[in-house]
Amino acid sequence: MTKKIIKSSVQDRRKVLKTLGAGAGVIAGATAFPGLIGYNQVHSAEPIKIGFQVHRTGIGAAYGKWYGRTTAAAAKVINAGGGINGRRVEIIAEDDGTSPKRGAEVVEKFANQLNCDVGFGTLFSHVVIGSAPRAGELKLPYFVVSEGHHVASGILNRYTLQPGITDVKSQVQAMAPFVAKNLGKKVTMIFPDFAFGYDHRDYFSAAIEKIGGDVIAKIAIPPRESSFTKYFPKIPKETEVIYHVMVGPAVLTFVKELGEFFGSKRPEIFGFIDSLEAVDLASPGLEFLEGTYFWEGNPRYAQSNQSEYDKFFRASVGVDNNGASLADSKDVATYAHMFGCWETLYVIKAGMEASGYRGPKDRAKLIEAVEAMSDMAHSRQHPQGAKRFNGKTHQVFGHQYITKVTNQKLVLAHTTSIEDTYYPDEVDYTKQSF
Amino acid sequence: MTDGAKSWLLHGGVIIVLFALQSVLPAYHHGNLARIMVLASYAIGYNILFGYTGLLSLGHALFFASGMYGMGLSIQFLGLSPGPALLAGLLAALVVTSVVGFLALRTTGVAFMIVTLMFAQAGYLTVLLFGQYTRGDEGFVIQQSQRVFAGIDLSDPVSRYYAALVLFGTCLIISLVLVRSNLGRVLVAIRENEDRVRMLGFNVFRHKLIAVILSGVISGAAGATYGLLFGYAGATFATVEYSIFPLLWVLLGGAGTTLGPFMGVLFMFYLIDLSSAVTSAYMLIAGVALVLLTLFARQGLVGEVRKRLAPWLP
Amino acid sequence: MELGPYLLLASLEGAVQAAVLALTAVGLSLVFGTMRVVNIAHGEFFMLGAVLAWWLTSQVGGDASIGFVLALIIVPIVTGLLAAAIDWTILKRLDYDPEATIVATIGVLYIIQQVTLMTYGPDARPVPPPFNIRITLPWFGYSGYKLFVIGAAIVLLLGVWATVSKTRIGLILRATQLDSDIAQAFGIRVKRVYSIVFGVGAGLAAMAAVLIVPIQQAHYLMGGDPLLLSFIVVILGGLGSLRGTVVAAVLIGMSDGIISVFFSPTLAKILATLLVASVLVFRPQGLFGKRPV
Repeated sequence: MTKKIIKSSVQDRRKVLKTLGAGAGVIAGATAFPGLIGYNQVHSAEPIKIGFQVHRTGIGAAYGKWYGRTTAAAAKVINAGGGINGRRVEIIAEDDGTSPKRGAEVVEKFANQLNCDVGFGTLFSHVVIGSAPRAGELKLPYFVVSEGHHVASGILNRYTLQPGITDVKSQVQAMAPFVAKNLGKKVTMIFPDFAFGYDHRDYFSAAIEKIGGDVIAKIAIPPRESSFTKYFPKIPKETEVIYHVMVGPAVLTFVKELGEFFGSKRPEIFGFIDSLEAVDLASPGLEFLEGTYFWEGNPRYAQSNQSEYDKFFRASVGVDNNGASLADSKDVATYAHMFGCWETLYVIKAGMEASGYRGPKDRAKLIEAVEAMSDMAHSRQHPQGAKRFNGKTHQVFGHQYITKVTNQKLVLAHTTSIEDTYYPDEVDYTKQSF
Repeated sequence: MTDGAKSWLLHGGVIIVLFALQSVLPAYHHGNLARIMVLASYAIGYNILFGYTGLLSLGHALFFASGMYGMGLSIQFLGLSPGPALLAGLLAALVVTSVVGFLALRTTGVAFMIVTLMFAQAGYLTVLLFGQYTRGDEGFVIQQSQRVFAGIDLSDPVSRYYAALVLFGTCLIISLVLVRSNLGRVLVAIRENEDRVRMLGFNVFRHKLIAVILSGVISGAAGATYGLLFGYAGATFATVEYSIFPLLWVLLGGAGTTLGPFMGVLFMFYLIDLSSAVTSAYMLIAGVALVLLTLFARQGLVGEVRKRLAPWLP
Repeated sequence: MELGPYLLLASLEGAVQAAVLALTAVGLSLVFGTMRVVNIAHGEFFMLGAVLAWWLTSQVGGDASIGFVLALIIVPIVTGLLAAAIDWTILKRLDYDPEATIVATIGVLYIIQQVTLMTYGPDARPVPPPFNIRITLPWFGYSGYKLFVIGAAIVLLLGVWATVSKTRIGLILRATQLDSDIAQAFGIRVKRVYSIVFGVGAGLAAMAAVLIVPIQQAHYLMGGDPLLLSFIVVILGGLGSLRGTVVAAVLIGMSDGIISVFFSPTLAKILATLLVASVLVFRPQGLFGKRPV
């Protein structure tokens, strides 16, 4: 059975009720003929099968929901335009439960059972790192949309690429000049106590110390923490800027409690929008954020200089000018990350067309074609902004945006250049064999 | 035929069948079975303590992870090759199990549950605390080149399958030998009535400690093997979820049976896998299946077989 | 911040945690203590309390306090009824066999979680507190609602204690807990008591969730931590002792906050965890437990 992205929970529920009944029969059939479960449509031109590894359940589920919608929208637009090399694109989604163990199993399923051409879409770093080795062993091109520095750090393999979203190292170090110049030089960092947080801690400290700043306190919050007030007294009085990045379902509590603690007598605050992804900025308790700054991968609110490409992107995915779902204004998108799915699918398309991809035998050629890419123009295919891809490190670089909370909206205050975000190469995957 | 001979024939047969399946299974199920066999070894380790000795631990993820990190960190920082690294993993599991066992066995029943849970939580947090080396939640990759064992590339599917089979076969045989030995009988007696065993003059504490250590080291072996065969070590495997899984597998398959753990892992794996092909709400199907199983097959799959058909099953 | 105010803040935060934990754990203590069953789905009743509170308050218009009060009354009842139904249909049929109950309640956990995911979704959604007062102390600001939570929990716990120790229903409960066979011989319908206890236990957890949800958010995975912590608290306090449960909840809630004053957060959590383990290692029956477990 081919797997389409399920757009609404209503559809989902009906599907469950119907399939629970059919389930028993299907399970029996599937055990007997595992291959059959893949195809019930016979096309003269077989579709391009893209295995979409999505966080449908687990702590990444809120992101997974929007990754699913964006992927479905991009596939629809691509197919409306003739598909890839004249072949229809088919998204085959599998839930990885935001688990590295299940992620690796899903990669195996894509490669061995569902016969996908490529795998794509993973977000959380620990799932990427758990799954990528299998993708490399199975020789499945694996396009992650994660923001992690794992690809460019060299620990993964030649089959894993991140061409649609920038990585945290480039994001963080590009922020240092703005923070030091406009907000303050004495910084207290609050970040989650795992690798993603350490990346922020290490790269930002290095970058700001280089330009005369000083990170006077580093507060690492244990993961799955649900209340944060007891950590705030660790913020030294001399702090000029609080730098915060938090992930997980408790982010709103984090920001609210920060506000309760300081009130109006607060230092400058610079946060990563991760602390507020999928959270409505107009939520009660967030008033104190007025006048604070955020890094945004892609500005949630439509700006005065909104490009035609952003308009088209929003319309296709179903998001309004405030970054919320057109169907429900309380359903706020993970706007800073989901564009990565859209752009990655277009990179896959471009790579397949450039290499004349016909089937799994051409996977190496596909990777080589993507490695040969460099400049990507700001366009409908890349609505977040222009990019430059580094074929050696398999990582793309792009503009980073800093916005300021003004009248409960995020207004663009600064756009970095792509060069601001560069760092020296740490690996050359092109030297590795296939 | 004696019960003993029947048991040995059955277990030998299972291993031979698994061996033969290697050449006929399609690639996807081939890979799944390798994974299942390693996890079944973990479940066998858990079963020794829970199914046979009657001690419910909620902290076995600590032992699994000790093996995994003992192996992984040795490769990463000491540059060991897979063989010595596996031994390092076993050693780590042995040390951790002994310490935890010694302390935790001062308690029984629910207190034992919580104490083991607490030690496992502390272990998980310690992995995070030393994140500089362990990379915490994110974990680290064990590259293909680091996983070549005596010229055999463990990332190759066939080698991986055989390695998993070797581990599983060994653990299965150990559990069979244990169950049929005097030690095994004492453990079962302890499960049934601890005070009576003590009155008969056995050193109950020593026996329990042996059970804990054996259980923990087998779990650690499974953890080390898992990391080695699939190229990844991460703190996820030290979370409480991975302490609940073996409990679930063992109960589903049949606690106190040697083949139960394997059946439990196999059943859960394919239940989730096949359900996820049908609907995105596969955990719902899994949940319903669990409830139905407890209502109608309370001894677990193998346990029910033993109860109704083959009382000689060990 | 100076040590004094820091300790004050940590104590306040600890008290809030202790309050919610005590309420959740007392629910579990009643179930565990009376029925001797390990209900792995207890945390899911907590989660349902939060999610239902969100749903109810989003349906009810007007001032946030109206919706909140309604939620505080209706949600625990609905959750309790659901729990009693689960007991009647599943747990009773298992005859409360310990191992089967564990597996069955794990199944129930998956079912509740997945249904919530399918209907409510994966997002963490806020619930507005009934009032928005921020108390300004010289060193920090503090949420007035959090102080209310502490007070409300104390009142509710006193209510539970009064019901258990002074009313006839409480007497029946304690009798069943002490010896269910004798209780049955005295004409107490033990099976019905069990269902009621199961429902009340779930209802208390849901009530705790309604109190905490304006501070945290309602999220379909939020039941995991309360489950673990409740179990730890119940066993640390001693099986069958409500007083022990409350004391243990206070200890754990407060220590979590105060230890973090002196150590880095992760190290503080490790120390707190090992502290609990050592208490149990040297006193396996828990703080107020009656017999060695």
